[in-house]
Amino acid sequence: MRVTFTVNGRPQEADDVWEGESLLYVLRERLGLPGSKNACEQGECGSCTVRLDGVPVCACLVAAGQVEGRDVVTVEGLADFAKQRAEHGGCASGACGTADAAEGTPLDEARRWAARGTDSQAGEGTELSPIQQAFIDAGAVQCGFCTPGLLVAADEMLERHPNPTDADIREALSGNLCRCTGYEKIMDAVRLAAARQSEGV
Amino acid sequence: MGTTGLPTNITQGSRTKGGIGESTLRPDGTLKVTGEFAYSSDMWHEDMLWGQILRSTVAHAEIVSIDTGEALATPGVYAVMTYDDLPTDVRNYGLEIQDTPVLAHGKVRHHGEPVAIVAADHPETARRAAAKIKVEYRELPVITDEASATAPDAILVHQNRTDHHIGHVPHPNIVHRQPIVRGDVAKARERADVIVEGEYVFGMQDQAFLGPESGLAVPAEDGGVDLYIATQWLHSDLRQIAPVLGLPEDKVRMTLAGVGGAFGGREDLSMQIHACLLALRTGKPVKIVYNRFESFFGHVHRHPAKLHYEHGATKDGRLTHLKARIVLDGGAYASASPAVVGNASSLGAGPYVIEDVDIEAIALYTNNPPCGAMRGFGAVQACFAYEAQMDKLAAKLGMDPVEFRRLNAMSQGTALPTGQVVDSPAPVAELLRRVKAMPMPPEQQWRAAGEAADVRELPGGLSNTTHGEGVVRGVGYAVGIKNVGFSEGFDDYSTARVRMEVVGGEPVATVHTAMAEVGQGGITVHAQIARTELGVTRVTINPADTQVGSAGSTSASRQTYVTGGAVRNACELVRERVLELGRRKFGTYHPAWATAELLLEGGKVVTDAGEVLADLVDVLGDEAVEIEEQWRHRPTEPFDPRTGQGFGHVQYSFAAHRAVVEVDTELGMVKVVELACAQDVGKALNPLSVLGQIQGGTTQGLGIAVMEEIIVDPKTAKVRNPSFTDYLIPTILDTPTIPVDVLELADDHAPYGLRGIGEAPTLSSTPAVLAAIRAATGLELNRTPVRPEHLTGTA
Repeated sequence: MRVTFTVNGRPQEADDVWEGESLLYVLRERLGLPGSKNACEQGECGSCTVRLDGVPVCACLVAAGQVEGRDVVTVEGLADFAKQRAEHGGCASGACGTADAAEGTPLDEARRWAARGTDSQAGEGTELSPIQQAFIDAGAVQCGFCTPGLLVAADEMLERHPNPTDADIREALSGNLCRCTGYEKIMDAVRLAAARQSEGV
Repeated sequence: MGTTGLPTNITQGSRTKGGIGESTLRPDGTLKVTGEFAYSSDMWHEDMLWGQILRSTVAHAEIVSIDTGEALATPGVYAVMTYDDLPTDVRNYGLEIQDTPVLAHGKVRHHGEPVAIVAADHPETARRAAAKIKVEYRELPVITDEASATAPDAILVHQNRTDHHIGHVPHPNIVHRQPIVRGDVAKARERADVIVEGEYVFGMQDQAFLGPESGLAVPAEDGGVDLYIATQWLHSDLRQIAPVLGLPEDKVRMTLAGVGGAFGGREDLSMQIHACLLALRTGKPVKIVYNRFESFFGHVHRHPAKLHYEHGATKDGRLTHLKARIVLDGGAYASASPAVVGNASSLGAGPYVIEDVDIEAIALYTNNPPCGAMRGFGAVQACFAYEAQMDKLAAKLGMDPVEFRRLNAMSQGTALPTGQVVDSPAPVAELLRRVKAMPMPPEQQWRAAGEAADVRELPGGLSNTTHGEGVVRGVGYAVGIKNVGFSEGFDDYSTARVRMEVVGGEPVATVHTAMAEVGQGGITVHAQIARTELGVTRVTINPADTQVGSAGSTSASRQTYVTGGAVRNACELVRERVLELGRRKFGTYHPAWATAELLLEGGKVVTDAGEVLADLVDVLGDEAVEIEEQWRHRPTEPFDPRTGQGFGHVQYSFAAHRAVVEVDTELGMVKVVELACAQDVGKALNPLSVLGQIQGGTTQGLGIAVMEEIIVDPKTAKVRNPSFTDYLIPTILDTPTIPVDVLELADDHAPYGLRGIGEAPTLSSTPAVLAAIRAATGLELNRTPVRPEHLTGTA
């Protein structure tokens, strides 16, 4: 079958998709977007977390056919997604500085958004979202296999909940397994991103 | 290098920015947060096929027949291979003992053993074709424990063993046996005022790295193959792969792909040979990616163990003797079992002064899943037992458990039960003192927010099983000792190639090693070392591959020590050549070129007094200086096969933990509130990474304490929980805060005084949690992991 949907703001078409394929497989193997990770493929580890119409889901548990006509954001588009959000009444304007901004990115806003190219394979000069930068700065990345899913989940949590308590962070990220860090530096990273966001840095 | 026993001063670093001692950030960090970092499962090649392995559905059986006809006839299938299709007479592999068939030969010895491989144009096609292969098994009785392995009529898991351990083991179903005998236990026993005995059981743990076994094999025009792979040791893989393919090693070109964690589980081969075989057979690139279910069968696990310990002590609290027997289940193939036996026995007494010791450790061959390397191997199992013993002894003597440990703690100069005198700092008593002195977490944290209980802070969490009723707090302590590096006379070397040249008007160092970066941060440290030694800002880390000499394994807490040492050594040689170049070019302009101690700092050649002699850009000009050199730590020696005496380990590593737990005593739910750690790291080359290692290792120890265990059916030897639904690893909600107190006492024998750190925190974490649960419940709890039924008496 053919699946047509939007990924990181760009219309995408995948052909010859077998009905049993997951969104994760289509992203990784058909669209050249392997950032979403295949750690368990049974919805337990969260490494493949993507936004589907704004909602964080395990891409391994979404059948490819289910995304027809819908919007997907992956880790590859996270920096631009966050930038777009900030420019459209997100944290840059202070609107998500209150606990009431619990709606996430409106669908029409997500649809208006489009990814922009980055300049370097080595990553130098890459524009990062606040949560991506915080993960690097806080030492939250070791092997990095859990990182893409955690970034998408943490970014979504901060969108809903810009000033989370530690218990809030742990609850929001409890669907994302990490085997390297013992989570301490991940906690630090999310706290850091929240603090920078509320300071408007 | 620091002076033995003196603090190495964590903040000093080097005078060139980004050198050792600073928390520089990972060079791969940006790629990893943008999703661009290419892990082994992300490899892609035009026209590539997908490989699939058919695994045995039974644990022990003769293979009567294999019918691949229907699988081969499936549209989209390019190849199906069995044992009979292997290209050479080398059809086994193994880390030390080559006892593992590439594909089953007439017999399977454990559940999930590879029997056949398939290549097809879609992974689902390959999976379905593999399922069409008909294998007829004639089942054999399963060997699952010591009794069945050594019974008079026991079937031998491996017939006609020829390995070098067979001569000294009491039974062919025992892989290796190592006694450690020192002093006179019978006589020392008479001095004991109290004696405690315990029988301990340690469950089978999985490494559960998140990146599944995977890779891509690309056939080359010269008849060789290029393999992109996640592993812990490229050259060890190469040595095992090439003979099976019938290729010289230089025609199997291996490049390290991104590695999604390892923890010991990638020391052994998994899909490497299978992918190469299918690629060479089909002439097409072949990618293999295990799913999580297969991953549980695709790598070795931590040895489950039964440990019998007897300690004595005088009434003033001095240990008199230790008698211990440690039985490790190695499963169907040897893997790292001999080394695990060596560690369990030689470190079986823990970090204590005990003059009279009689320890025996063995590893069994059984039909259970093969067990091998996992973080802290051998030492982890022993620490669980001896630390439980320490608490029992303290209780029997009416002493404080920490003070009892401190009284008996080893220190620099202590002779271990192997006779080896520890010749670098061993601050065991100090670590215990520090971890005990750390502030305690507040009582009843679930009330912190106000009136209503925050169930997220309580045992059972969001299951909302208690609001504090029946919840009891307990506190427990433990300390452990781990060896660093490969031991027992192994030639444990590494290789580094360092190049220095001017690029874009700036001096640049390039570091090329075969070290497997598995997440630990070795590449970060290599760049720091190059900056410190060569005075440059820009360092390029080349991808790890087999175009440079072996780096040894990323395991045994050894890479910063050994490959870090090799990088430093190569940098020093490059520096000498650069200074030589400078003397030739500019020596006549300034007498200091000939007379002063010269350094490279901030892109310049400077005297030790700080006078600038030349710019590196001018010294190098358009020349490049490049050196590849091996580096080894001081040698170790094998343990005597009868007494276990010998200088077996190059370095020791120590950590202590304090666990605070809250237990819902009615339901048996445990909440670990805090796991504090104090560890001596010798010298923190990258303090941020050091914390990451300690906290990560601590959390894996927490997993063994309260949740992680591969359940093997004792009747069938089949694995019952091969998934993340049924095999639980700690989530962020299960994991407490982990405050760390880092101590830096230099080891004079090691580069920069550093100490390998990755494993020690995994040792003491588990027994500390167990001790805390015992303190909360008053139960004896002689097995780990502890599950609710063990706490409620419903097991």
